[in-house]
Amino acid sequence: MTAHPIGLSIRAGTKVYPGTIALKSVDFDLHMGAVNVLVGENGAGKSTMMKVISGVEQLTAGRVEINGQPVRLGSTKEAEAHGIGIVFQELNLFPNMTVAENIFIAHEKTRLGMDIDATEQRRLTRALMMRLEHDIDPDTLVGDLKVGQQQIVEIAKSLARDARILILDEPTSALSAAEVEILFRVIAELKADGVGIVYISHRLEELIRVGDYITVLRDGAITGARSMDGVDIAWIVRNMIGDSSKDFAKQVAHPFGTDVLAVRDMRLADGAGGFAVDGVSFTLRKGEVLGIYGLMGAGRTELLETIIGRHRYCSGTVTVDGQDMGRPVVADRIAAGLALIPEDRKQDGIIQDLSIRENMTLSSLSDVTRGRVHMDLRAEQRRVRDFVKQMVIKIASPEHPVASLSGGNQQKVVIAKALMTQPKVLLMDEPSRGIDIGAKAEVFRVMRHLAAQGLGIVFVTSDLEEVLGLSDRILVMSDGRITGEFTAQTASDTALITASAIGHGSAAATQKESA
Amino acid sequence: MTDATANGSAAADPSNALLMLLKARTFIALILVFVFFSIFAPNFLSAANMVIMSKHVALNAFLAIGMTFVIVSGGIDLSVGSIVGLCGMVAGYLLLNGIDLGLGWSIQFLTLEICLIVSCVGIAIGALNATLITKLNVAPFIATLGTLYIARGAALLSSEGETFPNLTGNADYGSASFRLIGSGNLLGIPISIWMLIVVGLAAAYIAKRTPLGRFIYAVGGNERAASLSGVKVTRVKFFVYMFSGFCAALVGIIISSQLVASHPATGDTFELNAIAAAVLGGTSMSGGRGRIGGTIIGAFVIGVLSDGLVMMGVSAFWQTVIKGIVIIAAVVIDQAQQKVQARVALQAQAAIGK
Repeated sequence: MTAHPIGLSIRAGTKVYPGTIALKSVDFDLHMGAVNVLVGENGAGKSTMMKVISGVEQLTAGRVEINGQPVRLGSTKEAEAHGIGIVFQELNLFPNMTVAENIFIAHEKTRLGMDIDATEQRRLTRALMMRLEHDIDPDTLVGDLKVGQQQIVEIAKSLARDARILILDEPTSALSAAEVEILFRVIAELKADGVGIVYISHRLEELIRVGDYITVLRDGAITGARSMDGVDIAWIVRNMIGDSSKDFAKQVAHPFGTDVLAVRDMRLADGAGGFAVDGVSFTLRKGEVLGIYGLMGAGRTELLETIIGRHRYCSGTVTVDGQDMGRPVVADRIAAGLALIPEDRKQDGIIQDLSIRENMTLSSLSDVTRGRVHMDLRAEQRRVRDFVKQMVIKIASPEHPVASLSGGNQQKVVIAKALMTQPKVLLMDEPSRGIDIGAKAEVFRVMRHLAAQGLGIVFVTSDLEEVLGLSDRILVMSDGRITGEFTAQTASDTALITASAIGHGSAAATQKESA
Repeated sequence: MTDATANGSAAADPSNALLMLLKARTFIALILVFVFFSIFAPNFLSAANMVIMSKHVALNAFLAIGMTFVIVSGGIDLSVGSIVGLCGMVAGYLLLNGIDLGLGWSIQFLTLEICLIVSCVGIAIGALNATLITKLNVAPFIATLGTLYIARGAALLSSEGETFPNLTGNADYGSASFRLIGSGNLLGIPISIWMLIVVGLAAAYIAKRTPLGRFIYAVGGNERAASLSGVKVTRVKFFVYMFSGFCAALVGIIISSQLVASHPATGDTFELNAIAAAVLGGTSMSGGRGRIGGTIIGAFVIGVLSDGLVMMGVSAFWQTVIKGIVIIAAVVIDQAQQKVQARVALQAQAAIGK
């Protein structure tokens, strides 16, 4: 491998957020004309580091150098001026505008600096789409595109700005195998042009295939950085997790009870002519932890949502403790013993304006209400105090707005809200998303503890280790269907990954063979 | 736990004092307005003036209480002014004509029956608003703008634009007591003020001590999260719009009784005063925040301000300008309060180390 010049480097970079240190004095070199791969667990600091490079966040201490010169990247504008482009994990597109308008947002092609040259923009968009081998009409509204296509638009946006350094934060999470192939071809082209690419992903085989250099992050520190020669999955995993494997609360051996939840032939349309959930059936026993593994967009979130009754138009039946649930009404299902911890805490979990207390008791107010009208506020406060203690939530006062808490504590508030309804089945959608390691361990401990008490738990995750470490049984979903079922004994990471790729076209299979 | 609370508040003491001050701002404003006018407006503090003023304030306060629930739930109700007009006309029509079934005789009603029927009209229009918003997915602004025109048009149609005069009622029919609603006293306090006290206390109780009240705040704060927590969002919305319609109906009844006549244009732009009172009282237009007590104080600030300015002989045009400035100032201060409040909470949270 020829030496690639170093285009950008971070020296002793430290980033402190309220309550947590996201980066601890990291040194990072970005090689031009090569793919610099960045791996680490959720919350290891990858995204923070990329935000620093792209000017979204500034370092608390340390410096960023471009071509050996210290630079200030105070905003995305300044970063762009240095030729740095980023494709975020969460898409930053305007669904109400067309593809062409999105690609040239804030960089409109104009005549005399005033009049937008729509024809030219359309022409350039078409050229970009040709290069990305996607047949997307420049005049389509972005909101009408599928997530994978939106990702392509996001990539085109960076290309349109002639980025010298391109950061791709999990670009393939929503792409089909065929689309991934196209993306890799584009990456190879860009590399040949001398563009420095940073590639973040959780799919390890993909990293080994596409990467030239690899940097591994753990808890905000770099634990390994080298060229990709001779790197294998075992090396990556060792550096990612460290010698002490993650402390999943040990399984408490306990017998499972009777079936507590049965889902039959669940179907939900995805609005684009297909099914987001396509005929899923499974049962859950008391005290069992059922992990559902799959990639983003596999229909896992939608499955949990149909079970809790959020979607009015879905077919299939849900039975809780032998009792058929009938029409989907969330309140009825909560009353029957289901409870959901949603994936998107901010959107679906908490109510920012309300206090911690009011958030926690929202689902179970009837327990402290006399005659369906009068709430006993003292009883409510007592309950909140009990749960705060039981869940070890660190709060100054239950009367503070829930928004003042860290992610982990917010998540515990959401879990407490669900537990206050005394559920028989807990549906948890990515329960460890966006919370720090300590809080994660706490959440897992609570899960095991609840299961030992006879609660049935269904939890969705895209973290292999988590699903393998926590589940009594694992279902793998892909493309709205269940594509694999494993017990704790038969499950392995390769088996799960293979199952999660089923239905993503034949390219998935060929990709695996070549890898 | 109690330890942590004590430490947290001690650490943030100056901010806490500022926060208290900001939270009480509407009340402070009310006191200031009162002191100002008692010095500069002759007879401002006389008992007679107090009674007249509180009657004026009460009308707006009723609407503002209903409006507060609607705004807290994340909506808006523009139709209340028109409901006032239509309900006044219905009350006037029933008093004068009863219901004529075309059989050569007509049904006449007692005062109480008239009040109940008129209330039902207000509640029904509220239910129509809620139906449009929840079942047909019309934005609250548009839905209630539509019913604003419909109700006003209906009011004008009911009398071909004429006034129903001389609503003295008829002792033979048991409706002579209708006048008392607007002009009667109980223990020296006008009936309409007693009604306001009852409605205000009931609304405050609903907001603070019932699950329904909590749900109203939850729906306004984050509708998706509320519905996933098992809150029946549709029901909550039906309640707030129907309650708002009910409050408007009460105002319609009180005004037609006070004036002993009902005019179809009554209540024009009342909805704006109601919104202003709610906002002045700290209700957030984006939903999720607001208190009944604050709204009532807000209504008093607006009412005292306009009556006081009249007594001082300030031109009506200036009054309008001053009202606008007060409302904007209220919102600007509200923003400052939000910032301080968030800072205090974060400091307290930081004080416990996480």
